[in-house]
Amino acid sequence: MAISDIKAYAHLTPADVEALGKELDALRREIEESRGEKDAAYIRKVIKLQRGLEYAGRATLFASLFPPAWVAGTAMLSLSKIIENMEIGHNVIHGQWDWMNDPEIHSSTWEWDNAATAESWKHSHNVVHHTWTNIVGKDRDVGYGVLRITRDYKWKPKNLGQPVIYALLALMFEYGIAFHDIDVSAVKKGRKTKETATRQLKAMGRKIRKQVTKDYLLWPALTGPAFLGTVSANFTANVVRNVWSNAVIFCGHFPDGAEKFTLAEYESETPAEWYLRQMLGSANFNGGKLLTFMAGNLNHQIEHHIFPDLPSNRYAEIAVRVREICDRYEIPYTTGHFLVQYAQTIRTMLKLSLPDSMLTATSDDAPETASEKKWELRERALAA
Amino acid sequence: MPRTETARRLTGLLRDGAARFSHPLLPDDYLHLLNPLWSARELRGRIVEVRKETDTAATLVIKPGWGWNGDYTAGQYVGIGHQVGGRWHWRSYSLTSTPVRDDGLIAITVKAMPEGFLSGHLVNGLAPGTIVRLAAPQGNFVLPDPPPARVLFLTAGSGITPVMSMLRTLDARCAADGSGLPDIVLVHSAPTERDVLFRQELHRLADRHAGLHLHEQLTDAMGMLNLAELQTVCPDWTERQTWACGPPAMLDAAEALWKARGITEALHLERFSVDLTGAGGEGGTVTFARSGKTAVVDGATTLLLAGEAAGVVMPFGCRMGICQSCVLPLKAGATRDLRSGIEHVAGERVQTCISAAAGDCVLDV
Repeated sequence: MAISDIKAYAHLTPADVEALGKELDALRREIEESRGEKDAAYIRKVIKLQRGLEYAGRATLFASLFPPAWVAGTAMLSLSKIIENMEIGHNVIHGQWDWMNDPEIHSSTWEWDNAATAESWKHSHNVVHHTWTNIVGKDRDVGYGVLRITRDYKWKPKNLGQPVIYALLALMFEYGIAFHDIDVSAVKKGRKTKETATRQLKAMGRKIRKQVTKDYLLWPALTGPAFLGTVSANFTANVVRNVWSNAVIFCGHFPDGAEKFTLAEYESETPAEWYLRQMLGSANFNGGKLLTFMAGNLNHQIEHHIFPDLPSNRYAEIAVRVREICDRYEIPYTTGHFLVQYAQTIRTMLKLSLPDSMLTATSDDAPETASEKKWELRERALAA
Repeated sequence: MPRTETARRLTGLLRDGAARFSHPLLPDDYLHLLNPLWSARELRGRIVEVRKETDTAATLVIKPGWGWNGDYTAGQYVGIGHQVGGRWHWRSYSLTSTPVRDDGLIAITVKAMPEGFLSGHLVNGLAPGTIVRLAAPQGNFVLPDPPPARVLFLTAGSGITPVMSMLRTLDARCAADGSGLPDIVLVHSAPTERDVLFRQELHRLADRHAGLHLHEQLTDAMGMLNLAELQTVCPDWTERQTWACGPPAMLDAAEALWKARGITEALHLERFSVDLTGAGGEGGTVTFARSGKTAVVDGATTLLLAGEAAGVVMPFGCRMGICQSCVLPLKAGATRDLRSGIEHVAGERVQTCISAAAGDCVLDV
């Protein structure tokens, strides 16, 4: 079973955890107070770069009958869509730039180039995932309802198909996310009314129709004879964005060391323990400036989960401080090379498609999930 | 700018069509990156001239961008947003330009207040070329059309600004149709001649129009105008329609005087925005604008809880300040972020789950 007693797992006393919470609160205030013109200039520059790239890409595709132009246009459009969803959309919708009081760059007004509406994303991601991070049975991002990504979930025969399901999810990630929030299972269980689900489905349908019309009809038609070239370029760009954002997001909570928690842990949780759960439940990956930027700064997943609404351009400096705090409190700080982290999530996904009888570790001492009993088990193993 | 209905409709069609290509954004979101004025989504304006009026006041001449329909009435005010330290700050100022002069420019005149954060920036910190945000003109401090035959303007300090727009408009109309000004008495108070905004222009207007009588109360030398003796500078004030604009004390006195004479309907007041820093202790009355419900709360109750207790359907999410589901526009007053102690004022959007009232406030929900 996943972690039920976070203090026991981290070997911290209640006083330690409260002190940790105070340090993080102070760090938050420090960053809040130092937000200013430089940060505002950063997000404006990123938006300008992204919109410029998008239109440069779309313009280049007028010549998409000429293969190098197709490649260049597709590359620019792919980059632009990645930046738009990750460094801009995800972060703006989190309210990271609300402090600027700019209605054009604000969580309450932002809409992004993604099948999911900003409104439904705010619910499934900002509320459900960020509040109940990695709580088995509560955080629906633990496997997105279609993958067994921790052995805290019982194996079912359908999990055998997991590799195929995962490949499809990665390719169509934006649609997966959009449907994810409708939460059909909640309607079945009576936790959500049919009317609400229908309203959400309609809003999603309207948005998808507009998105599809834009990328697969209007822009291709505008490029005239290059119609098919533009269709294939836009399709490729959408798929590239889907696969990349999926990889980055899967690296956030599914590599080894990103722990899972029980509802019991959440119910007795203090704000400081909430911080601790975010730290233990998230995983970073190393990255230079370019990789960091293309990941929307989500390679700083730990920092993002502690402070989801601080500006993303500050996560790198926050990371230095958080790492130092983790070292001092002897809390694990999970990070690694991007490819290693991603390989671990793929391995877990493949491995857990099999029934538990074919696996050796239990949910108390497995690479992808452990509990406070892990230490006991280790000691016993050592003694033996 | 489209002038006719057909042109307006065509522009609308074009915009809708273009928006299908830019979905989910608007064409404006791209175009304003090429030219900041090419956006009707957020009204923007470019400062084309900064004219020094007195030692502490300046007139900002602004070219509004797309989406500004050009309609305003002399005496109205406009919201102006300026980015300082990465944040947009908003204040309202009376327009001093006249809507009659059709050059597409507007002007506001700002006096730097000793304690004023934004006014100082606007007077001293804005170079021509700076882009500001604008909010549509509003306000009821306007003259009827046609204006009454006898008018008294009672102003002090920067309270002259809406009246200046009225005088310029009346003057421009006279020039256009060859008529004369109505019988106007302007009683204006300022410490010294140097502090009188638009002094030369006011004297020029008084010279040109027999109907305009000017009384300058230079308070350093002459002392404050005693309203009880208003008849000494304007004997027939009770028979005039009066427009008064100035500091709260002057307006309060005027209100009391007109009330005592039983002629309150002849007095039109323009108060500058409430003194936010003077809001006193924490807590206050929260008004939920759309439902009209109110709640009296202390400084520790969150706006979200106050709204829910009052039966308002409040948007909410995590209820711990991280998800932004509960963010609402603050229409008036001030709130305080209970975490950081930071105060938010009208025009900002606040997270209701971690904010409390800092004096009376109005939420747009």
